[in-house]
Amino acid sequence: MQFLRNLIEKQRQLYHAKDSKFHKAWPLFDAFETFLFAPEHRAGKQGVHVRDYVDLKRVMNTVIIAMLPCLLWAIWNTGAQHFHAVESLLGAGKLAPEGYTLGWLQALLGGPTLGAVTAFDTIVFGLQRMLPILIVSYGVGLGIEMVFSVIRSEEVSEGYLVSGMLIALIVPASIPLWQLAVGVAFAVILGKEVFGGTGMNIFNPAMMVRAFLFFSFAAQMSGDQVWVAGNNSQHLIDGYSSPTALAIVKPSVITDASATLAEHFSRADLFFGNIPGSAGEMSKLAVLLGAFWLIFTGVGSWRVMLAGVLGMLGIAFVMHGLMPASFGGPVTLSPVDHLLVGGFLFGLVFMATDPVSSPETNTGKWIYGVLIGVVTFLVRAVNPAYPEGTMLSILLLNAFAPTIDHFVVAANIKRRLARS
Amino acid sequence: MILNMLADEPSAVAHYLSIALRSIFVENILLSFFLGMCSYLAVSKRVDSSLGLGVAVIFVLGITVPINWVVQHYVLDPGALAWAGIPDSDLSYLQFLTFIASIATAVQIVEMAVDKFSPKLYAALGIFLPLIAVNCAILGASLFMVERKYAFGEAVVFGFGSGIGWMLAIVSMAAIRWRLRTAHIPGPLKGLGITFITTGLIAMAFMTFSGI
Repeated sequence: MQFLRNLIEKQRQLYHAKDSKFHKAWPLFDAFETFLFAPEHRAGKQGVHVRDYVDLKRVMNTVIIAMLPCLLWAIWNTGAQHFHAVESLLGAGKLAPEGYTLGWLQALLGGPTLGAVTAFDTIVFGLQRMLPILIVSYGVGLGIEMVFSVIRSEEVSEGYLVSGMLIALIVPASIPLWQLAVGVAFAVILGKEVFGGTGMNIFNPAMMVRAFLFFSFAAQMSGDQVWVAGNNSQHLIDGYSSPTALAIVKPSVITDASATLAEHFSRADLFFGNIPGSAGEMSKLAVLLGAFWLIFTGVGSWRVMLAGVLGMLGIAFVMHGLMPASFGGPVTLSPVDHLLVGGFLFGLVFMATDPVSSPETNTGKWIYGVLIGVVTFLVRAVNPAYPEGTMLSILLLNAFAPTIDHFVVAANIKRRLARS
Repeated sequence: MILNMLADEPSAVAHYLSIALRSIFVENILLSFFLGMCSYLAVSKRVDSSLGLGVAVIFVLGITVPINWVVQHYVLDPGALAWAGIPDSDLSYLQFLTFIASIATAVQIVEMAVDKFSPKLYAALGIFLPLIAVNCAILGASLFMVERKYAFGEAVVFGFGSGIGWMLAIVSMAAIRWRLRTAHIPGPLKGLGITFITTGLIAMAFMTFSGI
């Protein structure tokens, strides 16, 4: 460590002073240094000082640790779903074993023996899809952030570390990489940097990437084909269709959605995440592990999470009881299943709790969380166009978060004026 | 009870509800047609004043759309003057003129009535009432009402719905702009630039209900 420290101290003079050689690149140097060593801003025990190393970087790293279970499961399940699909096609005689093409990592490490796929093959395939997605997401996003910091001569801020991983977890594993790059560029520039960078954005950048891709490249972001990744030129498996749990219960002719869902996936499958879907959202167990970590460390707001779950359960319970079964579709899904299907829990734990784009007041957080649950349910139940509403409900509530704050603060002022 | 009626798709309540939802969110008069931009951009600096303007717009839209419906169906449409004994009249070329005139008249009358009967409300709406008589969202809503061939009840719901949608948009924009006053926005984008970008992003968020 001392060796690294010395090296950095030696380089510092090249960057730090105003007239030094590489002063323009000072933000990059600073970012690299604080990545390696905690900055020295801890003061003594007397008086009002910062006494802890909890800074933006530490907070972001905490969230990344919270996302690790989801990421690991995303890698595993991308592979598992892939081989599940391949073997069902083999069994149906629609695919010959010699017709199976290898991807880049499989070619490097050795391809699978179809029919006897090992855990190693599964992980290799998962990495083969997830690594490029992560690299593109971080590469494009951090690249743009660094250019902007150099232009503004500000320190590179760590905000993107979390967004970059979130983005990789909320897109289908089959996403074409150039589309992902376009989406990331859009969200980082127009959703974040024009507002002044980390901490200033109105909308959650990761959600903006997904919304942008969803509206621009609908064929690659929705439907029954995209949720299982393959090795052909579109990263799909030819002739294999795998609707998500929400797409299965969407048709309004279904009068008992829970029973229909149970025919396809057991509750255990839904909970542990053995289902097709966007890369990281499937395993509710992994999401819950992340949620406990976020609440334990105090980084994520438990109010938003609890309010969201209560809002979703509440309206699902009321509508489930009130609406006749003939209304059909997701309304007839039991409230618990509503929590288990789709990306609601993932969105609620990792995106809705984003401290920048959610309300700052505690009362506001309750209102915000409950409304996210309610709007998500309404989109699922009454909007025939989209099977899932988590993304759009969080974006909609992001737009209203400052409004909620304003009225909560105004009510506080009014109450305290009345008291005196 | 309402929910039971909702369950039968073609029932009246569901129909009106879908018109209301459409005019508030999906076909938001500001965010999807970009009507009423000038007052939206000018007044969205403070939440309180934008709320006042929003309420005034709801008020005016809720009144003028039905009034213009009556004007359209009993005066302007081809053969609409049959009740006055002129069965082959066609005054639809006077549509713009009449609509603007009826909007201005309605706003003026409402303003005087509010001033007379509820000075408190008048103080709250204040300058906004005469200001929005010339707002393009007001005329736009009336013209959409004609183009979409709404019945009278639908026109009332559509008028109020459009007003509520406009108010939601301007209030959320005002709160966002209040938050952005401390943000390090790049120089050329300060003010209107960032407002337009934010408006586009809010419009994307309002796509939540598109498809209903």
